[in-house]
Amino acid sequence: MVLENDVEGIAKLADIHIKKEELGEFTSQFNHILEYFDILDTVSDGEEGKADLVNVLREDEVTPSLTQEAACANAHETEDGHIRAPRVM
Amino acid sequence: MTDKTVIIGLEIHCQLNTKTKLFCGCSTDFQGDEPNTHVCPICLGLPGAMPRLNKQAVLYALKVAKALKLTVPEVSEFSRKNYFYPDLPKGYQISQYDKPIAEKGIMEVDDDEGHPKNIRITRIHLEEDPGRLIHKTSRDRAGYSLVDYNRSSIPLIEIVTEPDLRSPKEARRFLNKLRSTLEYLEVFDGEREGSIRVDANISIKGHNRVECKNISSYKGVEKALNFEITRQRNLIRKGQRIEQETRHFLEGRGITTSSRSKENENDYRYFPEPDLRPLRVSGWIDDIVLPELPDARRERFIAQYGISENHARTLTGDLKVANFYESVADADPAIAAIWVADILLGEINYRSMRIDDVPTMNIGDLIALIRDGTITDKSGVEVLRVMLDHCIGEDVETCEMPADIVTRLGLTKAAGDDFTAEIGKVIAANPNAVADYHAGKKGAVNFLVGQVMKATRGRADPKELNTAMADALKETEE
Amino acid sequence: MVKEYFFEKTDRTNAFITRLDLAMYEETGGPLEGKGIAVKDNISTAGIPTTCGSRILAGYVPPFDAHVVTCLREAGAAIVGKTNMDEFGMGTTTENSAYGPTTNPHDTSRVPGGSSGGSAAAVGDGMVDMALGSDTGGSIRCPAAFCGIVGLKPTFGRVSRYGLIAYSNSLEQIGPLGQTVTDVNTLMSAIAGPDSRDSTAYDRPYTHTPSSEIAGMKIAVPEEFFGEGVDPTVAESVRNAIGKLEDAGAETMACSIPSMAYALAAYYVTCTSEASSNLSRFDGVRFGPSVETKRSWHDEYRDHRGTFFGKEVQRRILLGTFALSAGYYGKYYAKAQVARENVRKDFLRIFKDADIIAGPTMPQIAFKLGEKSDPLSMYLADILTVPANLAGVPAISVPCGTVDKMPVGLQLIGRHFEDERVVDAAFAYETEVI
Repeated sequence: MVLENDVEGIAKLADIHIKKEELGEFTSQFNHILEYFDILDTVSDGEEGKADLVNVLREDEVTPSLTQEAACANAHETEDGHIRAPRVM
Repeated sequence: MTDKTVIIGLEIHCQLNTKTKLFCGCSTDFQGDEPNTHVCPICLGLPGAMPRLNKQAVLYALKVAKALKLTVPEVSEFSRKNYFYPDLPKGYQISQYDKPIAEKGIMEVDDDEGHPKNIRITRIHLEEDPGRLIHKTSRDRAGYSLVDYNRSSIPLIEIVTEPDLRSPKEARRFLNKLRSTLEYLEVFDGEREGSIRVDANISIKGHNRVECKNISSYKGVEKALNFEITRQRNLIRKGQRIEQETRHFLEGRGITTSSRSKENENDYRYFPEPDLRPLRVSGWIDDIVLPELPDARRERFIAQYGISENHARTLTGDLKVANFYESVADADPAIAAIWVADILLGEINYRSMRIDDVPTMNIGDLIALIRDGTITDKSGVEVLRVMLDHCIGEDVETCEMPADIVTRLGLTKAAGDDFTAEIGKVIAANPNAVADYHAGKKGAVNFLVGQVMKATRGRADPKELNTAMADALKETEE
Repeated sequence: MVKEYFFEKTDRTNAFITRLDLAMYEETGGPLEGKGIAVKDNISTAGIPTTCGSRILAGYVPPFDAHVVTCLREAGAAIVGKTNMDEFGMGTTTENSAYGPTTNPHDTSRVPGGSSGGSAAAVGDGMVDMALGSDTGGSIRCPAAFCGIVGLKPTFGRVSRYGLIAYSNSLEQIGPLGQTVTDVNTLMSAIAGPDSRDSTAYDRPYTHTPSSEIAGMKIAVPEEFFGEGVDPTVAESVRNAIGKLEDAGAETMACSIPSMAYALAAYYVTCTSEASSNLSRFDGVRFGPSVETKRSWHDEYRDHRGTFFGKEVQRRILLGTFALSAGYYGKYYAKAQVARENVRKDFLRIFKDADIIAGPTMPQIAFKLGEKSDPLSMYLADILTVPANLAGVPAISVPCGTVDKMPVGLQLIGRHFEDERVVDAAFAYETEVI
């Protein structure tokens, strides 16, 4: 059973803004789903599968990069070849 | 003095010297290039792009693992470390978590009393670097960031130690030795910008642990640790509690500041990277051939060249210096050791030059001139400085050879006859000093020798000159 | 030689997010030359907007083609547009799209299924013969069943995912949808095979001509596929279809998949966990709607995702974040992986004796638009399709009659890398009923 402030905490960890008025609905849906997930408690501990495909590696050989223009083509703001992002300081 | 109550563990991030990035074929050689020109859909984290693991990076990590005597588990795996920051294009870093490439090793380092001790290595794992952020402020804006993804997905190994270090100096020695080992393995270039970054965990026995993040120089590690020890001791003295926290080291100011985040707030939600397959490479370790490592090379230098332990230590601390020494040692190992370890390193350091810039052939010639007694040590330094100031960067062919410099500047050692005349002149010109000498002030001889040295501009051999001066003064006694 | 392809069909089901009325193709002599093919909008197409049905990718134009798109171009196909889908593949109805719902070509008051609903509707409505979809937990087979067409989810690793915008990497595969088994076979031949850019892809090309010769084929029928929650009329249609396969010479046997009890929970824990991480890159910095760069990073990131992700996407990110978080990883994510291995083992056990597992694709016919408003009831509709994704085995849905004039799908599941046999079984059924 999770409470509204638990869901708020998860939203904070996920870094997604959830509107206050939607929190109640989210919480009740969350509880329905988590209740359903409880069936996993019946699974006894066991081994995870072993991979049959391993050591998939590539040689250390240079391949062409994008041009600066192509790299920045989908970005909204650029400055001297850099891409602008919100401030972190 | 080592303080047994200081407890230090290090997490060292080293950039591997591969041609391409960890998960894509973009070149790692971007220094000096325009931003965002060494990027592709993979390292930009564009939707739909998938990582491809660089084999060389895996081999390099295994090489380090073998050198530091780590065990390679049967299976290792990549995991996603989830956190959100604008320099991290995917919103997660592909790293390793519960299945690192190697575990449990050791490296020997001298403690502050000079006794060797083992520092346990907890693990080594592979991970990708984020991009580079620049913080901008301008009058009309509240500030913003600029991102260059050239660095994004550069391969790193993180080497984690147990909390076995007991002083900042010891930590520094550990790092120096680690750097030198990585360079000997030819997996790392310590001269690249940002090639090493250290997070240090430090505590005083019985108190909480503090993590100092993002120290980017060897000197910085010692500084940050010294600052932290003092800060923590002061708090303890005042009876205050040491917060378990993450602090940032401000390199410029030499202090650490709280980043106001409790350690347990970091919930990275690691889980296995579903776009990569596991590694089963424990068998590969047997095929890896290690080169001679610093400790072995030091011992060999002592045995093979008969040089002092101190010289051997200095010469083998840096792979390039060791190689340089070996290529000039033939002429005379003892003289070469003095000239490389005591003189050349100081001169190039003063000029902010690198050993690679110095042609070995010319230094070999210079050492031969000294060995043969053609020039004095003092003249040798003069020749060396001329070479470093004028020859470097030029083609070895067109560079003025030491013998030519000696001829041009007239630095050939003054022979006995050559300075007998100078001695006569100095004695004649300084009757007071001669009188002092005869009055028992033996120090006066140094003044007279100095005058001859000045007149011959250092071309006289000090030993020979001393003998000749003593003889000449004896003659004036009658 | 580059040729023009005029795509003039009316889109009455809102099957397309982006359509190219004039598409180009290359005369390559390939098997798809001059064919108009629709591509799900989570598959990257160089120069053509790719939105995943989300506002957060509005305006994004990939600078590269997905591997399968390169394959299509090499085979001579004309890509006529990008089809509608549940946002990032998260849905079973194609109602969760920022570009409006797609409707079912057989009854526009009903959903086409999802999440590849646009691709299925485009084929079902005759706009194109073939389309590409992606199937994470049934997203090809469900809309194929609801729209009365054929859809194949290949063996995991048989088709490169390079360029598929990830929702749940370890579960999803790109696959073909078509009017007929032959069309699906043709498209599968074009897209399967090795691609070094997908480290999870195998070198297993697909060159196959469907055969209806199935005499002696052993078909297992799991009781769980006909249990509670499965509409009895749908179950009856499917049992009749299996009878037709027996007529064609197949032998049937009963079987049980006990891990079905928790397969759906394991599926949703896994896909939401992976999604919570996959969807972190949509930060508005390198692509997508612009962000206000003078605000602080976390405020802007949080609001950007709160504004531009739809409700279902937000819900799944939160669920996955929770399932991976400290203290819950063991209860959810780790347990789900063990459960998943149990599903795989169940399949391997059954496939020791049987060549094919058969049952309904979906427990019901296509829902009415808006019928499934509660998330959990929507999730439960995937119960019959997710096991194949958890086990990584190939599965096809082929139309097998109607209930209330709506199509029903027969699901045929095969062994790893036996996509060919799955196609043969479907082809045999198709041949038998025509």
